[in-house]
Amino acid sequence: MADAREAVSVVPDGASVAIGGFGQVGVPVDLVDALCEQGTTGLHVMANNGGRGLEGERGIGRLLAEDRVRRFTCSFPINPDFFARYFAGSVEIELTPQGTLAERLRAGGAGLGGFYTPTGPGTQLGDGGFVTRYAPGGEPERVMPAKEQRVINGRTYVLEEPLRPDFALVRAHRADRWGNLRFRLGARNFNPPAAMAARTTLVQADHVQRTDPLHPDDVHLPGAFVDVVVSTTHDAAVGASPVAGTTGGSR
Amino acid sequence: MTTVVRTSVTADARNAAGGTRHALASRVAADLRDGWVVNVGIGIPSMVPGLVGGDREVLFHCEHGLLGVGRPAEGEEVDPDVTDAGKAYVTLAPGASAFDSATSFAIARSGRLDLAVLGGLQVSREADLANWVVPGGDPGVGGAMDLAAGARRLWVVMTLTDKAGRPKLLPRCTFPLTGAGVVDRLYTDLGVFEFDAGRLLLRETADGATAGDVASATPVDFEVAPW
Repeated sequence: MADAREAVSVVPDGASVAIGGFGQVGVPVDLVDALCEQGTTGLHVMANNGGRGLEGERGIGRLLAEDRVRRFTCSFPINPDFFARYFAGSVEIELTPQGTLAERLRAGGAGLGGFYTPTGPGTQLGDGGFVTRYAPGGEPERVMPAKEQRVINGRTYVLEEPLRPDFALVRAHRADRWGNLRFRLGARNFNPPAAMAARTTLVQADHVQRTDPLHPDDVHLPGAFVDVVVSTTHDAAVGASPVAGTTGGSR
Repeated sequence: MTTVVRTSVTADARNAAGGTRHALASRVAADLRDGWVVNVGIGIPSMVPGLVGGDREVLFHCEHGLLGVGRPAEGEEVDPDVTDAGKAYVTLAPGASAFDSATSFAIARSGRLDLAVLGGLQVSREADLANWVVPGGDPGVGGAMDLAAGARRLWVVMTLTDKAGRPKLLPRCTFPLTGAGVVDRLYTDLGVFEFDAGRLLLRETADGATAGDVASATPVDFEVAPW
């Protein structure tokens, strides 16, 4: 079994990377730290939110603060550093409704060519118009086009395309050596769809069962979607509180 | 349509109207029905689960993947893996369940939510909602568009005017829309409106506020139609 540093060594500059987590919950912070520390840059990150830009913040906030991201597909960018670069014209935001983001990842992971959703008609994210990238002078450089619309059973839907990132960084609560994963409460969030979507899925698990398999009925995500598992380090808490009972594990 | 004489809202009326976040959240909480599955957004709506009585059977949905969220967590109750949509620590009620975000929005889009309660920047006479970006400001949509499109009912909670006194209930939204024609009720510091088949009804005024106070805080005409 690799450690986080070895695991992320396969991620090159410019890669697309889906990252699990919602706020600070369920973020694979060890893997993200390792990605920052190996210097990877120019990434297209797909993740729900961007971190608050706090001093010493880990996770996606650190990737954004260190300017490793050229394009961010997300629902809630929130990060002040990233917004500054967005308005200065050096990065791109593909703003995506949260449910659409989850389903685009799931669709990518399910081998589908896309889906029609009722979310977005009548808005800039369905009819087009959202500025995804500004020119350095502050003028819009790239504007989101209108998505294909179709009326099905009297309701208007927009076509959304699947996301198929090169890599996913995922946080699980338990993993076995077959790569089967189990998540914990609100930390599941975007982790299963991110894991499914990627061509190569790297997992950070809080407890790794090297010999005992998870009971088949306890598996939330089958190991077929998982390529590498590393064990969470003891300091992987990112929130204000210690992650009692979810750190440590079997390193 | 009732024509209401426009007067200026006095500070007294606004204060007496209990125009506080807590009062607004309490007002919404009182209208939830037992058996409903309800999503609450960030801001004032996030206070609603903590203000619903313990004898009530309402299941609160958090869009990242929890159903059955309870009141705010304190002390030993804090579990770092259990937060609401605003990332505050909350408790889980009996019957709670956890799932991934794709499943969570399957619940939201397929009509399984009886109600979504969202904050608002602007609401229009046509029941449009704008709540994800101020033009030129930092954008952030979260799950608002999915909830607006998918929930069976949408209630919006906001003050009737912004901090500079500008109206937020308008003939047409000037900010980018979250959804068109989606709002069913609007809870404000001065009164509660209902959008009913093309009519805009003022159902009640807050304590200390009159229909005239409400009319002076919006350029939109409405009918005074108590519940």
